[in-house]
Amino acid sequence: MTRWLPRTYLTLVYLLLYAPIAVLVVFSFNDSRTGYEWGGLSWRWYESLFNNRAMVEAMWNSLWLALSAATVSTLIGALTALALHRYRFRGKKALNGMLFVVMMSPEIVLAISLLALFLLVGLQLGYVSLLLAHVTFCLPFVVITVMARLSGFDERLPEAARDLGASDFTMTRTVLIPVIMPALLAGWLLGFTLSLDDVVVSTFVSGPSYEILPLRIYSMVRVGLKPEVNALGTLLLMFSMVMLIMSQWILTRSKQ
Amino acid sequence: MRSAMRQPFKTAVLVLVWGWLLFLVLTPNLLVVGASVLTRDPGTFISLPLTLDAYRQLLNPLYLDVFLHSLYMAAMTTLVCLLIGYPFAWALSKVPRQRQVLLIFLLIVPFWTNSLVRTYALKLMLATNGLLNNALLSLGLIDQPLQLLYTEGAVIIGLVYLLLPFMILPLYSVFDDLREDLLRASHDLGAGHLATFVHVIVPLTLPGVLAGVMLVLLPAMGLFFVPDILGGSRNLLVGNVIKNQFLDARNWPFGAAASIVLTLTMAFLMFAHRLSKRRIGEEGA
Repeated sequence: MTRWLPRTYLTLVYLLLYAPIAVLVVFSFNDSRTGYEWGGLSWRWYESLFNNRAMVEAMWNSLWLALSAATVSTLIGALTALALHRYRFRGKKALNGMLFVVMMSPEIVLAISLLALFLLVGLQLGYVSLLLAHVTFCLPFVVITVMARLSGFDERLPEAARDLGASDFTMTRTVLIPVIMPALLAGWLLGFTLSLDDVVVSTFVSGPSYEILPLRIYSMVRVGLKPEVNALGTLLLMFSMVMLIMSQWILTRSKQ
Repeated sequence: MRSAMRQPFKTAVLVLVWGWLLFLVLTPNLLVVGASVLTRDPGTFISLPLTLDAYRQLLNPLYLDVFLHSLYMAAMTTLVCLLIGYPFAWALSKVPRQRQVLLIFLLIVPFWTNSLVRTYALKLMLATNGLLNNALLSLGLIDQPLQLLYTEGAVIIGLVYLLLPFMILPLYSVFDDLREDLLRASHDLGAGHLATFVHVIVPLTLPGVLAGVMLVLLPAMGLFFVPDILGGSRNLLVGNVIKNQFLDARNWPFGAAASIVLTLTMAFLMFAHRLSKRRIGEEGA
C-alpha cells in the first residue's frame, strides 16, 4: 500500500484538531474589538482580564477547588487501589463495578443525582458540594492510574521487606509508596485538570457563594463573542498543557 | 499470616471508600430513580403519590421530537466520529512505535483542555464573519457568507470536535492488538483485501467500535453547552432538557425520567459491548 496516504490523512486530522486552538491563541493577542479582523498585536485582553476583580476571584476559587479535589481524590483513590490490589474481600467486584459505572456515566446523570442529594440533605451549594462532586468524578481515574502501576510491580519486593523484619507500616512507607509515587503524581495532576475543566457537573452543584471559572466563562460565551475569553482560554489551555506534559513526563520517566 | 496492623488498615480503607461510593454514588442514583416516579411539588421538589406521569410526559410529541432530534444529532456525531476515527486509528497503529507515543499524546492534549474554551474557539471559526467564511469568500468559492452557526450542522461539528478522541482511543487499542499473521493467513487462504476486511478486520475490531460508540453517543446527548454556544434554541440535546427541568422549570420527576432513559441507553450499550467481546473471545479460543 502507498505510504503517503495514511500519513497525509493523519496530518490532516491533526490540523483540524489544532486549527481552532491556534486561532484562539492568535486572536487573544488581537487588538481589534470585533474579534474577526486583525488589528495588530496587543496585550489589552490579558490586561482587562486581570483588572476584572470578579474574574480573578473566580480564578482563585477554581484553583483552590482543583487543588483540594485532586488531593482528596488522590488520597482516597490511592488507598482504594492498594486495597483492591492487596486484599481479598467480599464485594470487590461490586467496588470495581461501581468505579467503572462512575467513569462511564454521562456527566449530566452524575450531576443531577448529586444535586438531588445535596438539596435533600440540606447541604448549601458552594465549596463543599463542589468538592464532594469533583472528588467523586476524579476518583475512578486515580484508582485506575495507581492500579496500572501496581499491576506491573514485583510482588516479591514487599514480601522480602517483611521477611527482613519490616513492619507493615515500614514496608508501605519504604517500598510501596516509592513505587506508586509516579502514579500518585500523575493521578493528582489528572484530577487537577479534570476538576479545573469541568462544566457539566459544576453547573448543577455550585452556588452563588462560590463562583468558579468555567461557569464564569460559560455565562460570557453564551452571549456573543468576548475577546477576553480568547485571552482566558489561551491561559487555561497553556496551563492544562503544562500539567499534562508534566504528568506524562513523570510516568514515562518512571518506566525507564 | 495477617499481622494485627493490617486488618484495621484494611477495614478503615474499605469503610472510607464504600462510605464515599454509597453516599455519593448509590444514594444519589436511587434518589433520581425515586424522583422519576414521584409527583412534582413546588415546595419540596418532589412528593407523593407515586406516578408514571413523568415517563408519560416523555412521550408527549413536543418532547419526543426533542428527544428524537437529539438522538439523531448524537447518532450523526457518532457516525462521523467513526468514519474519521476508524481509518485514523488504523493509520496510527501502522506508524513506528516511537512516533505513536507522541501522536497519541497530541491527541490527548486537546481532550484534557477546557471543552468550553474549545467550543468557543469553534464559534470563532464558524461565525458569519468568522475565519472559515472569510477564507471561502476570498478564495472565491462562495459569494455570500454561509450561515454555519446556530444550525444542526454546527452542533454536530462541535460534538465531533469534542468527542473524536473518545472514538479513536478504543479503536486504536484494537488495531494495535490486531495480529499481522491473521491478515496474512486470510490472504494465503485466497481472500482479497475486501474479503479480509469484512471477515477478519471488522469482526476483530468490533469491540473497539462498540466501546467508541458508547463513549461518544452518550456524552453527545448530554453536553448541553454545545447547543447553547453553537446551536441556537432549535437544536437542543437531551442534556438541555434535563438541565432546564432541574434548574429552571423545577420539574424533577421529568428531568429524572429523562436521565434514566439516558442511563438505560448506557446500560444497553455496555451489555452489547460485553457480548461482542465474549463472542470474539470464544472464536479466538
